[in-house]
Amino acid sequence: MGWFEKLKESLAKTRDNLTQKVEAIFSFTTQIDEEFYEELEEALIMSDVGVKTTQHIIETLRKNIKDKKISTPDKAKEELKNIILDIMKKDKNLSIIPGFLPAVFMVVGVNGVGKTTSIGKLAYYFKNKGYKVLLAAGDTFRAAAIDQLEVWSQRVGVEIIKQSEGSDPAAVIFDAIQAAKSRKVDILICDTAGRLHNKRNLMEELRKINRVIEKEGSNFYKETLLVLDATTGQNALFQAKEFLEVSDVNGIVLTKLDGTAKGGIVIGISNELNIPVKMIGVGEGIDDLQEFDPEMFVEALFETVK
Amino acid sequence: MAFEGLTQKLQETFRKLRGKGKLTEKDVKEAMREVKLALLEADVNYKVVKDFVNSVTERAIGQEVMESLTPGQHVIKIVHEELVNLMGAKESKINISPKPPTVIMLVGLQGAGKTTMAAKLALHFKRNNKHPLLVAADVYRPAAIKQLQILGGQIDIPVFALGDKISPIDIAKASIEYAKKNARDIVIIDTAGRLHVDEDLMLELESIKKEVEPNEILLVVDAMTGQDAVNVAESFNQRLDITGVILTKLDGDTRGGAALSVKAITGKPIKFVGIGEKLSDLEIFYPDRMASRILGMGDILTLIEKA
Ligand SMILES: Nc1nc2c(ncn2[C@@H]2O[C@H](COP(=O)(O)OP(=O)(O)OP(=O)(O)O)[C@@H](O)[C@H]2O)c(=O)[nH]1
Ligand SMILES: Nc1nc2c(ncn2[C@@H]2O[C@H](COP(=O)(O)OP(=O)(O)OP(=O)(O)O)[C@@H](O)[C@H]2O)c(=O)[nH]1
Ligand SMILES: [Mg+2]
Ligand SMILES: [Mg+2]
Repeated sequence: MGWFEKLKESLAKTRDNLTQKVEAIFSFTTQIDEEFYEELEEALIMSDVGVKTTQHIIETLRKNIKDKKISTPDKAKEELKNIILDIMKKDKNLSIIPGFLPAVFMVVGVNGVGKTTSIGKLAYYFKNKGYKVLLAAGDTFRAAAIDQLEVWSQRVGVEIIKQSEGSDPAAVIFDAIQAAKSRKVDILICDTAGRLHNKRNLMEELRKINRVIEKEGSNFYKETLLVLDATTGQNALFQAKEFLEVSDVNGIVLTKLDGTAKGGIVIGISNELNIPVKMIGVGEGIDDLQEFDPEMFVEALFETVK
Repeated sequence: MAFEGLTQKLQETFRKLRGKGKLTEKDVKEAMREVKLALLEADVNYKVVKDFVNSVTERAIGQEVMESLTPGQHVIKIVHEELVNLMGAKESKINISPKPPTVIMLVGLQGAGKTTMAAKLALHFKRNNKHPLLVAADVYRPAAIKQLQILGGQIDIPVFALGDKISPIDIAKASIEYAKKNARDIVIIDTAGRLHVDEDLMLELESIKKEVEPNEILLVVDAMTGQDAVNVAESFNQRLDITGVILTKLDGDTRGGAALSVKAITGKPIKFVGIGEKLSDLEIFYPDRMASRILGMGDILTLIEKA
């Protein structure tokens, strides 16, 4: 099952999701009035889009409807889709395929969002594309984090560089880069410990790891992926801002979209910080990772649920 | 930080509200508009916000303004009180069974913090002269059992595990027998994370409940959860009739509006909060602190409290 089907299926499970809401608004409203805008605002906020971005979207919609003399709800719907699409796509590199090889991927994020699992899925994704992948167990802090990544490395059938629990994560990454060079690896993916973005010392540690990568892997293509949990509300914006401070985050992996959460927060992040969503997680299985397709994402949001 | 916004906005709004005497409808409505935005920005569910604001508006109109407060401050005082009321009494204790062992089951979405919380609770009870047993009933997540074993080891609490080839229902059942034989008076069952819409896994929880009849079924909720918190809480509560809620990751800078949503939708008490990754990072829940945090306005509140 593709993620679109999955997404539709999970969307269908919830009574008052955005899709139904918006669909209802568009099918029952014959004119574009204040009530129409209000219900639209509600639907967007209920999807975690956030007050600020919602207001931005509604204002843009109002203006466009006026400028383009749009009078039917159907046309208004198309317009709304385009506005969100524009935010999601504008000047963004949506591809996760590295610009050149070898490449090193850093995976960062707050606690429990799905970093380690996404790394497992990502390794599988790259391996299937013919790349030689290596994993680095850079979370030396959380209980059994190394074992967890090791299980994933076995599932996928790729090698892993690890040290013991409690060791210096920067040292693990150092080792991993040396190993990537000597084993002629295409893509090295580094796990990191979950850390809240307001913990100064932990964020400093990330900086240190980044310095090791800059120095030892100066000829590597470098990508930093921020993992966000679709269930998260407005705090995700602060997370993104703080992680940007210590590393060059250039992509988002949006996980747990198989639930009923809409992940609308990424629209705000896209709008304010210009970081593209590159992959989405739609389950706990090895192939539950999909390329993010903004057209389909928005389309799925407005698809009628039967 | 995000917290300063509301204070500033309110002060602007309140500058216009000078009159004393009774709160007029206009005073209240104007202040409520800002309160509504603050609650939404704190991730309180949209519908919960609507209901809450409506009922507080009704209550506030016509009230006598306290001498020491501006009308706006008086509205905030009422809002804060109502928030505290809604979130329930301070310090909800764990139901200890008169006939040991007391069985506690932790449930929730993936990554919410169940396994960590299981160990934190074990440490909490150990410090209160109890003899907990941790039960590894997550057979799905890679290395979940190992994680609980390591945590148990750190606090010297036994971990009951039967590997990942046995059903969680059988593991839970066997753990009760083990606890009885080995004089463990509190059994804490760590279950796998699951989506509230995952029919098979929700059924599994119902079966465990039927089999071991827990004294407490605690829903573990990440404090950063957004609007979807209501769907999650409603589903888990409908299926399992949970006895309480635990909020985790409150050491972040999230406003934690999910706390209000979950409480409003389930009516179940929030019993503990997790405030860090260390096993001692556990606190009882203080409704007044949570209310101030959700409103994002500690400073104005201290001002009002002094009045
Ligand atoms: N339903 C669902 N669950 C997911 C998804 N991605 C990850 N998970 C689950 O979320 C939980 C946490 O995932 P991890 O990969 O351990 O998260 P993490 O960010 O590495 O966590 P820490 O290292 O503890 O910070 C696990 O139970 C995963 O199976 C997803 O896309 N959908
Ligand atoms: N900062 C912070 N981190 C926490 C807290 N509670 C748990 N964590 C972290 O959150 C992540 C997930 O915690 P777990 O206990 O593995 O969560 P879980 O609900 O058992 O996850 P699954 O079994 O995969 O569903 C880990 O990195 C924990 O260290 C907390 O109160 N504060
Ligand atoms: Mg991890
Ligand atoms: Mg767990």
